[in-house]
Amino acid sequence: MPSTALPHTDHAPPPRSWYKRNEIRVTPWLFLAPGILFFMVYVIIPIFQSFSISLYEWDGLSDAYFIGLENYRELWDDDAFYTSLRNNLLWLVLYLLAIPAGLLIALFLNQTVTGIRLYKSLFFFPFVISQIVVGLVFSWFYDPSFGLLNVILGYVGLGPINVLGDENFVNYGIIAAGLWPQTAYCMILYLTGLNAVDPEQVEAARLDGAKGWKMLWYVIVPQLKPATFIAFVVTIIGALRSFDLISIMTNGGPFGESRVLSFYMFEVALSEYGFRMGYGAAIAVMLFLIMLLFISYFLYAMYKDEKGH
Amino acid sequence: MRFKLKASLAALATTAIVTTGAHAASHSEALSGDFVIFSDMSNPAPRAVIEGLAAQFGEMHPDLNIEVTIIDRDAYKTQIRNFLTANAPDVANWYAANRMLPYVKAGLFEDVSDLWEEPQFADQLASTKGALTIDDKQWGVPYTYYQWGVYYRKDLYEQYGLTEPTTWEEEKANCQVLLDNGIKCYTLGSKNFWTTGGWFDYLNLRTNGYDFHAQLTAGEIPWTDDRVKATFANWRELLDMGAFIDNHTAYSWQESLPFMVQGQAAAILMGNFAVAPLRDGGLDDSKLDFYQFVEITPGIELAEDAPTDTFHIPSQAKNKDAARAFLKFVTSPEVQTAINAGDALGQLPVNSAAGVDDDKFLIEGFEMLSENSPGGVAQFFDRDADAQIAQIGMEGFQEFMVKPDNLDKILDRIEKVRQRVNK
Repeated sequence: MPSTALPHTDHAPPPRSWYKRNEIRVTPWLFLAPGILFFMVYVIIPIFQSFSISLYEWDGLSDAYFIGLENYRELWDDDAFYTSLRNNLLWLVLYLLAIPAGLLIALFLNQTVTGIRLYKSLFFFPFVISQIVVGLVFSWFYDPSFGLLNVILGYVGLGPINVLGDENFVNYGIIAAGLWPQTAYCMILYLTGLNAVDPEQVEAARLDGAKGWKMLWYVIVPQLKPATFIAFVVTIIGALRSFDLISIMTNGGPFGESRVLSFYMFEVALSEYGFRMGYGAAIAVMLFLIMLLFISYFLYAMYKDEKGH
Repeated sequence: MRFKLKASLAALATTAIVTTGAHAASHSEALSGDFVIFSDMSNPAPRAVIEGLAAQFGEMHPDLNIEVTIIDRDAYKTQIRNFLTANAPDVANWYAANRMLPYVKAGLFEDVSDLWEEPQFADQLASTKGALTIDDKQWGVPYTYYQWGVYYRKDLYEQYGLTEPTTWEEEKANCQVLLDNGIKCYTLGSKNFWTTGGWFDYLNLRTNGYDFHAQLTAGEIPWTDDRVKATFANWRELLDMGAFIDNHTAYSWQESLPFMVQGQAAAILMGNFAVAPLRDGGLDDSKLDFYQFVEITPGIELAEDAPTDTFHIPSQAKNKDAARAFLKFVTSPEVQTAINAGDALGQLPVNSAAGVDDDKFLIEGFEMLSENSPGGVAQFFDRDADAQIAQIGMEGFQEFMVKPDNLDKILDRIEKVRQRVNK
């Protein structure tokens, strides 16, 4: 290359700052920095703090004593812990009912009739109101003396059921209350998903003679896979953070039968009589490990998905 | 809610001079600066009381800039540990006995033994001194207390020819008559665990006496002791009769009151604070009456639950002179008479020189506590016992009331916690 083609070759190029030279690499990190900072301070560091607090006996006020794994050993034969764990699993399994229920309502509402927007909004309504209000509404619904449920049961000649005060019914009662808004959430996810269903594929399937369940199962549902994935994620997370409904409807009772791990942790460490930060942290760590199972699965699924594209 | 009593500009100008002077003469009358009160008196009547107290105290000390923050009573129970360690007020509400132990142990409450040496405290407040003493020092002052006992439907009792019982046999006989007529003997809202704590306190105080009860709640006696089981055996007699309303686990204590108002249940074991809502529900003094919990083991001295509510000075308070003056102010006979009157708190004054308001239940309660409670006065299960034992204990009492056969399991569970707490 003839050097004359380039002007000003006798001058060195004006010195570029370090930032200018590394702009492409640095800028994304600059934009990420505030997010990373707050994520570290409010999420990552507290996780490690919980691990370390769980090795101490600490009332939150005075000095903490290092007791090693003693808190975990105590968890090992704590009946209340197993009750909470059992309830957590119950929540996880039954909460998933929100997904088929949401799909069903979405299919039902996915039509063009006058006023369908209004119907859709009405079905979505339970998700908009606060969980506390949902809890209150259901506590009144279940009330053994004047609740609607028992009035209805009375008409068919069945005795009053004390849903929230009976250790056999209480969990199902609260989960049913939780399913109400969660179903609405899944429904919205599926409604948007149904908009994206390819009409040509439906047409083609119809020509091939598919209808009813076969059409739904082999043509529609596979196309809803992204919506199902998100619905699954939010439902699992919703089940694991089922704190407010329990707190408002039963406060963990009767005699602790409706506690889940997050509620038990609160009760042990932070409630009116709770002064055991270390033990609470140990429960939090167990809950974290359970969540970690799901989180790793989701991350793996997402990673695989992205690689596939 | 917050409100401030603004001092005049002139007063503000002198504040700096006075505060420096105040350190030299700490008990001088001229109080100044900011004075912060955190209070859990959030129900309508108590709220008016604390606001009135602050206003009155402000008039006495015009240079003081008083700020009252009222926090919901239940939320306060968990917030107190945050504000005592950071951003402490000058005066805070709390409860007596073991309930203040964690904060005393952590050095968060100021030692106010010096106040208790003054005549106003030493003579007139002697009856509650024990409840505020830990390690031979006093950590706060009381401002009110109230009796517990059986509130019952007088008209129902008269209708079935019943009289106030005094012995366990009479109590059960009355109950049987009521049950035969389709009325439950007692209403209960055990969704609030502590309501069962009241039943345990009384049954245990009457079965085994005050000293045993005090040792048990202090964690000195195993919960698997046969005497504890005797208490539960008495309790079980009532359960087997079906004396309590059905489904009590589903109701809070407030939700359990309508059963009594509607006449489906005849009585409730509760603190005097239940009188106001029962009166609001339509039970006047001709329908509502009170009796002392009956004797169970003959010869055991009667002892009562009378929870005491208190004021404390956090050790990180900034204006301790004003705080000490305020504690003296609230315990003085005149203030005690005024704030505990029927139209204010509707409870009993802690100062022996104060007057009890002319209210049927207050008079009866005062007489019971001053004359007919030779055994002693307990605070309440969740104030006498360690927090962890209180929690698992009251939860266990609720379970026992639903599944009496689980008693051994429940007691083992409480005992396990007791051993850990004592370690």
